[in-house]
Amino acid sequence: MSTVKKFMFVNRKAPYGTIYALESLEVVLISAAFEQDVSLAFVDDGVYQIAKGQSTEEIGMKNFSPTYTALGDYEVTKIYVEKESLDERGLTIDDLMDLKYEDEDDDWAEKDSIRVVSSEELAQIMGEQEVILSF
Amino acid sequence: MKFTVQINEGPYQHQASDSALQFTKAALEKGHEIFRVFFYHDGVNNGTRLTVPPQDDRNLQKAWSELAEKHGLDLVICIAAAQRRGIMDENEAKRQGLDADNIAPGFRISGLGQLIEGGIQSDRLIVFGD
Amino acid sequence: MAMLHIVNKSPFERNSLKSCIRLAEEGSSVLLIEDGVYAAMQNTSVADQVSAATGLKFYVLGPDLKARGMSEEKLIDGISVVDYGGFVDLTAEHDVVQSWL
Repeated sequence: MSTVKKFMFVNRKAPYGTIYALESLEVVLISAAFEQDVSLAFVDDGVYQIAKGQSTEEIGMKNFSPTYTALGDYEVTKIYVEKESLDERGLTIDDLMDLKYEDEDDDWAEKDSIRVVSSEELAQIMGEQEVILSF
Repeated sequence: MKFTVQINEGPYQHQASDSALQFTKAALEKGHEIFRVFFYHDGVNNGTRLTVPPQDDRNLQKAWSELAEKHGLDLVICIAAAQRRGIMDENEAKRQGLDADNIAPGFRISGLGQLIEGGIQSDRLIVFGD
Repeated sequence: MAMLHIVNKSPFERNSLKSCIRLAEEGSSVLLIEDGVYAAMQNTSVADQVSAATGLKFYVLGPDLKARGMSEEKLIDGISVVDYGGFVDLTAEHDVVQSWL
């Protein structure tokens, strides 16, 4: 399969209240095996999926947030977070997990995967995608 | 045009499966190709043959099975989502040591890769969900 | 070609329509289906939001309007009604489809 398409996974729902966050992450990891041009967008309540400090023992559910830190190893290095969504929720990038990747084109330098973007910027990035999956 | 249709919700609880069915029928009527219909999340519940819905309303599982047979559609149920929710074919049930299987005719269980492949091979991917 | 956005939830239940309008590029289209069709009606608290989005072309799925007893005569000006065949055509006429769930 030599076709490479720009895939975007749009996440707009909070984690744990529903299964969408967890199961959409599973799709992202599988997509890595297909060597597509993958990016993630966190919009609206989706930004809560990558909030730091998640601790789930008392609700009896698995804490799957550590899996986001593995995204860099799966070559998913473009993680867009909408600034308006953060602002609406009183959050800043400091409230989010530290997601990084190693840039093989830059001597494996560690870089931030999260790019906080404005609605306008995200609209443009979305407009460039070829396949958009929503959950 | 080649379409892949993704269905995120189970039958009756949400309109997703109905909307997807109507869309798929309309696309086929117009001569388009349905590359794959992929059932994810609770969507896997569209693929159980054990439903007995009221006679005076539509039977979604039968509708999908019959459409699949008539047009040779590829109805794929995600294995991970199916395992979580208890949709089993004979082989999976045996593998898991379960005493029954429940998959409906025309559906097959496979991996998430089938969804990604659908996105790659199709001209359009449409998601129906909640 | 441009993007086709699909909104299926009521604007009074979810923020899907609001987010869609905020993130849709000018020149793209929005198709309202399922409970999303309520956003196409005149005199709601979101009608202005829809009318103000002049860079977007709105469509509404007729069968979903009829199911809910919503009259085509009370649609916001400029919204076109399509059936499932028209829905299919819209997906073919646009580059990419994005569902706002």
